[in-house]
Amino acid sequence: MARAAIPGRLDWRVATVVDVRTETARARTLTLEVPDWPGHTAGQHVDVRLVAEDGYQAQRSYSIASAPEESSVALMIERLDDAEVSPYLCDVLRVGDGLEVRGPIGGYFVWDVAQSGPLFLVAGGSGIVPLMAMLRHHARAAESTRAQAPAKLLYSARSWDDVIYREELERLADSPYVDVTLALTRDAPADWSGHRRRIDRAMLEETCWPASRTPRIFVCGPTPLVESAASLLVALGHDPVRVRTERFGPTG
Amino acid sequence: MQTEEMRLDGNAVAGSLLDVFAVDVTAAVATCAGCGAERLVGALLEYGHGMGVVLRCPGCDAVMLRVVRAGGYVRFDASGVSVLAIPRE
Amino acid sequence: MADTPFIARGFHGRRPAPGVRLPPGQYETRDFPVLSAGPTPRVSLATWDFTICDDAGHSKRWSWDDLQALPHDRPTVDIHCVTKWSKFGTHWEGVSVDTLLDGARAAGVSDGQFVLAFSDGGYTTNLPIADVTGGKAWIAFGYDGAPLAPEHGGPVRLLVPHLYFWKSAKWVRGLRILDRDERGFWEKLGYHDRGDPWREQRYQGD
Repeated sequence: MARAAIPGRLDWRVATVVDVRTETARARTLTLEVPDWPGHTAGQHVDVRLVAEDGYQAQRSYSIASAPEESSVALMIERLDDAEVSPYLCDVLRVGDGLEVRGPIGGYFVWDVAQSGPLFLVAGGSGIVPLMAMLRHHARAAESTRAQAPAKLLYSARSWDDVIYREELERLADSPYVDVTLALTRDAPADWSGHRRRIDRAMLEETCWPASRTPRIFVCGPTPLVESAASLLVALGHDPVRVRTERFGPTG
Repeated sequence: MQTEEMRLDGNAVAGSLLDVFAVDVTAAVATCAGCGAERLVGALLEYGHGMGVVLRCPGCDAVMLRVVRAGGYVRFDASGVSVLAIPRE
Repeated sequence: MADTPFIARGFHGRRPAPGVRLPPGQYETRDFPVLSAGPTPRVSLATWDFTICDDAGHSKRWSWDDLQALPHDRPTVDIHCVTKWSKFGTHWEGVSVDTLLDGARAAGVSDGQFVLAFSDGGYTTNLPIADVTGGKAWIAFGYDGAPLAPEHGGPVRLLVPHLYFWKSAKWVRGLRILDRDERGFWEKLGYHDRGDPWREQRYQGD
């Protein structure tokens, strides 16, 4: 069987870093131009591979933060001290460098605005990234389409400084079809009027649509948050088939 | 930290599964050979922790699929999946 | 068409500090990472037992109380995970596998060249018997002065520190003595039958 001339999603490609931006103290957005990029669906990720001169390799997965409508691919890197890959991507990699990627990958934790009906997104920490791609994609759609697929986000972060995409989320929430609720679990500013605790049943019940509206639900973040939120949503009557989860591990 | 807190899901190993199946299987429906439950691969629980891929049934915990890259081979054991339904493009 | 790999500018990866204690390819950690191939089994000590058996039907069984009545060792050892972390100076409490094998032999269990350790949850791992005798292995129930935590294999795990730590089966319930090697959970998928970190025996054929 002849190998296809156009690289498929199995193949590693060398992308070029075209922008590096600081989002928070530990979060950076890396924007890549990927040759022959086939486009992606919101929620998908790429695998990134680093090969040292002696052949040593490290590989990680990063959710795509950008909307499918954008031509370049944005990733969010959370810098963890003592980790193997994120310090390299945050401290060493610079505009003009090459970075090997493979993708887009993922067929389960994906959403397209053509799937109408209410959308409920739950993010814990860096779990906001694939959900941001969904919200950015949502923002690009025609008003009538957005009206058919109103979106609500519940985003849990340790402190105000850890909230990624703060200003952009505020702008997105201006739309009548988008609602953003934040829960700060460790530190909140003195004048904070939002939630000051971890996501729990009451918060989900208050924030999410009732089960009778059959929202499509996506939950992403560290495993304990994801499993807790998903079980609580099912306990609130949501069909488990409509609750999709993506667990993020601690590796950096 | 409990092992359950460390587990991931099929999404996390989608790239490794590409090496075996040549298509993205996170949206494929896998039938558990143990209990018969049908679930999307993305929803299976993953316990590989860097040694390989270990996907277990969220219902009965049976091992459904294992993948290890060792030496010059990728080996997979899918004996815990009785049927895998991969959506056609 | 030759595929020259793309080298990431300035990437070096984790480079271990060279030293006598660190096997090749490893780096030291101060944490104790939790790696498990499945969820933590829930076990009642009242019904827990440990068995050494052969394939001819002979076996010897110890209850939790039986195990506690045997002489305890308190080994301090370095441990090495095949995922490349090593942890120095870990403190354990347990019964030497030699003691248990003596008891098994006295009960008529045959000798053999190999063992297959089996655990709650279905995990198995194979080793040459020479690697669990001569003071090299324990059935361990204490870590760092306290009962072994479930996420680290408690109530009881196998401890074989001179081999990669996947051989130190968590939640161990027994050993099968075999004449022919029989591959366990990871070994069937390509991990090494012995697993000596000093020879970097990570995979079959290494």
